[in-house]
Amino acid sequence: MNAKRKKLILSVLKNVLAWAFSLLMLIPLALIIVNAFKPDSEALTMTLSLPKEWDFSNFAVVIEKGKLVRSFFNSLLYAGCATILTVLFGSMAAYVFARRRGKKENTMYIYMALGIVIPINYVALMKVMQVTQLNDTAVGIILLYTALQLPFTVFLLYGFVSKVPVDLDEAAVLDGCGPWRLFFNIVMPMMKSSMITAAVLCFLNTWNEFVMPLYFLNSSEKWPMTLAVYNFFGQYSTSWNLVCADILLTCLPVIIMYLVCQKYIVGGQTAGAVKG
Amino acid sequence: MKKSKMYPWYFAAGALLIYTALSVVPGLIGIGYSFTDWSAYSTDLHFVGWENFKEVFSADQDYLKYITNTLLFTVVTTAAKTGLGLLFALALSRNIKLKNFHRGVMYMPSVLSILIIGLVFTPILNPKTGLLNAGFRAVGLDSLTQQWLTNPDIAFWSVMGVDIWRGTGYIMTILIVGILAIPQVYYEAAGIDGANGFQKFTYITIPMLKQTLAVTIVLNVLYGLKVFDMVYALTNGGPGHTTEVMYTAVFKLFSQGLYAEGTTISSVMFIFMVIVGCFMIKVLTKDEVVE
Repeated sequence: MNAKRKKLILSVLKNVLAWAFSLLMLIPLALIIVNAFKPDSEALTMTLSLPKEWDFSNFAVVIEKGKLVRSFFNSLLYAGCATILTVLFGSMAAYVFARRRGKKENTMYIYMALGIVIPINYVALMKVMQVTQLNDTAVGIILLYTALQLPFTVFLLYGFVSKVPVDLDEAAVLDGCGPWRLFFNIVMPMMKSSMITAAVLCFLNTWNEFVMPLYFLNSSEKWPMTLAVYNFFGQYSTSWNLVCADILLTCLPVIIMYLVCQKYIVGGQTAGAVKG
Repeated sequence: MKKSKMYPWYFAAGALLIYTALSVVPGLIGIGYSFTDWSAYSTDLHFVGWENFKEVFSADQDYLKYITNTLLFTVVTTAAKTGLGLLFALALSRNIKLKNFHRGVMYMPSVLSILIIGLVFTPILNPKTGLLNAGFRAVGLDSLTQQWLTNPDIAFWSVMGVDIWRGTGYIMTILIVGILAIPQVYYEAAGIDGANGFQKFTYITIPMLKQTLAVTIVLNVLYGLKVFDMVYALTNGGPGHTTEVMYTAVFKLFSQGLYAEGTTISSVMFIFMVIVGCFMIKVLTKDEVVE
């Protein structure tokens, strides 16, 4: 009886704790949502109360003034291209490192993985961007994002590709497969789910990134959503309703992606941290 | 067929080339530029020896303060996220209703842009109209209301607080995965031997979680040392440089055209992190061998 009661109290405590923590996480989100629908005067104080009258015009204003359509497609272009390049080059590199397993390959793998740790020297990077004529170009920002995402992608895929059995490679080679067909027709299909994980993470990180464009995209028509929303925030910081609408629209793709791909995202971001 | 033919080197060339050109090369030439007077105001470049390093580490400049701020941020946020993350992970790993809902919600900040989280908290921390002060007033704790982002004594702690809000759920998720991987039989056996909850925690959970905890701490430390977005969005280093960290300082130097100073700070970080990184890889791979 006593033990049972203790267990019950513990269980209630746990649930209370869970709800408290969850609410703490949800309140800021709720605040943004309700205020995005309020008229200007009502949103001055940014309270959690529901709007007295729902004002949908904020979104139209924000899309126009915040230039959200263009920045949305900019973000899509940067994140999309960087993801394709990262996953393609990353999986090929991880595959070679994992299959050859020599001392040289191991050093190369560590050299790549070190990229997870080392910080970017943005100031000197500007010099590189100028010399290569990549500064303030879409191609430049895509390559930067690829460079930024490659180390973790190689690290993540290295673990997965090691699990694809080598026997298959040998059989395929005996059947006359060249190195390209071996990788793209035999090995790659077997890495599909891990490559989706890598792609989703890469896309998400790139979509959320903000520092590279801050340094290397001077023309506002090339800005991705994060930089556009930051700029909008600076201009309209007295109209919280508009700021909230802008933030909401900027976060929406990410939130949708999180709801759809939660398994890949959580699995990928926690992979490598936990063994087994 | 020979391995070198089956798995040709040029497969890795794309990744190695892009990574080297845009990540490693800037780091290396940046070290070179640290010994010059590179700036936006002159096209000539002169060798100045250790001048920039002397300036960065001199007591009359504020740079040392930015370095200590960065370290303080790293230590405080790492400790808080790990401690709270562990607490919540222990509480929420088993026997919770709506488990997936809670975990999904708590993980959510990790998928949002850090910059946007900073922007979201700016109105919340507003002293007059903000939700946090309003909440304190509503429950009669007026004495706790603060100028969260403008009081120099408090601003940095507010920034760290928001970052802890953002990062705890992620650490918790990793630790939950680690906790669930511990075989239940260990706890059952310990229970039969008469171990109480605290003993089970110190003799089973913690030792079994050691590796996972080490990884979460490493991730937090890496993030903390490189922090930029959160500070930039909330305070941009103000008021009066009290919340300035290394990378907000670098960005300011960059914007002012003081490239030599900017690249010097970055190079100090680069060299430091390469050493830390090599050490970490050694430790992590050594652990694997032992296990």
